[in-house]
Amino acid sequence: MEVIFKRPKALSDREFTYCPGCHHGIIHRLIAEVIDELDIQEKTIMVAPVGCSVFAYEFFDVDGTVAPHGRALAVATGIKRALPDMIVFTYQGDGDLAAIGIAETIHAANRGEKLTTIFVNNAVYGMTGGQMAPTTLLGQKTTTTPYGRTAANDGYPLHVSEALSTIDGVAYLERTTVSTTKDILNTKKAIKKAFLAQIKGLGFGMVEVLSTCPTNWGMSPVEAQNWLLENMVKEFPPKVFVDKVGD
Amino acid sequence: MKKLMMKGNEAIAESAIRAGCRLYFAYPITPQSEIAEYMARRLPEVGGVFLQTESEIATVNMVYGAACTGKRVMTSTSSPGFSLMQEGISYIAGAELPCVFVDVVRGGPGLGNIQPSQGDYFQAVKGGGHGDYRLIVLAPSTLQEAVDLTQLAFDLADRYRNPVLILADGMIGQMMEPVELPEMRDLSTLPDHSDWALRGARNREPHRIAAFNIDPVGLEKMNKRLQEKYRLIEASEQRWEEYRVDGAEYLMVGYGTMGRILKSVVDSLREEGIPAGLFRPVTLWPFPKRRLKELAKKVQLIFVVEMSSGQMVEDVQISVEGKVPVHFYGRMGGVVPTPEEILFAFKEVRKWK
Repeated sequence: MEVIFKRPKALSDREFTYCPGCHHGIIHRLIAEVIDELDIQEKTIMVAPVGCSVFAYEFFDVDGTVAPHGRALAVATGIKRALPDMIVFTYQGDGDLAAIGIAETIHAANRGEKLTTIFVNNAVYGMTGGQMAPTTLLGQKTTTTPYGRTAANDGYPLHVSEALSTIDGVAYLERTTVSTTKDILNTKKAIKKAFLAQIKGLGFGMVEVLSTCPTNWGMSPVEAQNWLLENMVKEFPPKVFVDKVGD
Repeated sequence: MKKLMMKGNEAIAESAIRAGCRLYFAYPITPQSEIAEYMARRLPEVGGVFLQTESEIATVNMVYGAACTGKRVMTSTSSPGFSLMQEGISYIAGAELPCVFVDVVRGGPGLGNIQPSQGDYFQAVKGGGHGDYRLIVLAPSTLQEAVDLTQLAFDLADRYRNPVLILADGMIGQMMEPVELPEMRDLSTLPDHSDWALRGARNREPHRIAAFNIDPVGLEKMNKRLQEKYRLIEASEQRWEEYRVDGAEYLMVGYGTMGRILKSVVDSLREEGIPAGLFRPVTLWPFPKRRLKELAKKVQLIFVVEMSSGQMVEDVQISVEGKVPVHFYGRMGGVVPTPEEILFAFKEVRKWK
């Protein structure tokens, strides 16, 4: 019998430990499929973050390490500068990349580091139990914005991709979702281009994937999916910001 | 081999390159910025990488990343910058990665000033970051020793898969002395580390490097293994210098710049017929406890001098186990004690005794 769907080679045989309805599993799979298709598994090094996906380096069948909170792009820079022929990627949440690690993010992008970043934005701190993130929407309730986020007290949702789009070192930058089959296929295409930006030596590549956190949003997976499509995409519209890779 | 007149910071930088360091990341801070400036010029000449970072926090994490590849990597900084690196150092120690740090200590706390100080002893030797870890800490007192210890630092880092710190001070960084530089190491002779380094999982299982374990028993096991390594380092790597300790009744103890000033103090005392000697720790961790304990049995008084309020003195007290009185004299804020004032302070103490 012909096998038409199987586990990507770049995924290890460990079972994902994420909550039901969380998008990490989908995004992990897409990255692994891209690594397989580009045939770069043996030269890929992953930098995992602090947060829910701290274990990500065990889910991929590639060399990997875990960076201190927010510092994945600094660690990745060290690896890539030591071994320029390797393909290095970071996988980071919004707390990691947009709050504590925003300086490392901006400067890695600005140096045009030949790195690929998958930025998973679910508008909340997941592992620590649902506190406000820089990307939390105005009015959104979290454990540290129990009355809803206000601009007066907490500032505005941070638009990381918009900010990075002004930086010359960025070679590929797109914001996507994985809410429908079409979106999933598009996200895979975006991830591939973000890797190609690195492989072709063009500069920094990042894909911001809007993602759900049913557990901390206090919703069922389906409700979370709908909330994302109704609210998050308004604040963070999916879009290709920078594409120096071409077709 | 011919001797060159070099500035301390530059001598350390050149020695690192000759030891095989080809990766250097740093953020400028006085009084050690000449290391970065020297590396920026020299590393491209030998096919190396120089990168000026956006912060000391980014620096230490780039060092972490580069060390994950098993190549020789270094950074340098001064006290406030070293404080910022502590979290990353804890990760690097936990992940057991070889790399070299240079801390050219300045006055503190806070912004302090840019004059020489020894106020970083605690954060260097006792561990400024979280968790149970140790750095190997080397303290040069001359520029030749700074050159030699830089070589040793890379070798110890590789041997024990542990970060090594060269703890100097503004005096060592800024002064000039003739030095004899070692030959350039052949990179192919350096330890390979391919059994654990991240270089792409070709024809092998993936390597994973991380200083964490969510399971308490697993994390304790990791810690026990680290502690075993530290006991081995303590047993094998205690280094010190003795000067005129034969027949000494009074033992001066100081490290780095203080160690060299104390040599002239000892000479002056000997000229006056007062039998003094010097014990200068070269490794601050592991502290040369063994030998100091032996010497403590032979002297009447130990006199510790530091450019701090008294930080190493605690290790001296622990080493001598109360067998002999330990007195302390220190200056802070970047003030370097003169031989004359140390002589005066010592004689006061001796008078009461």
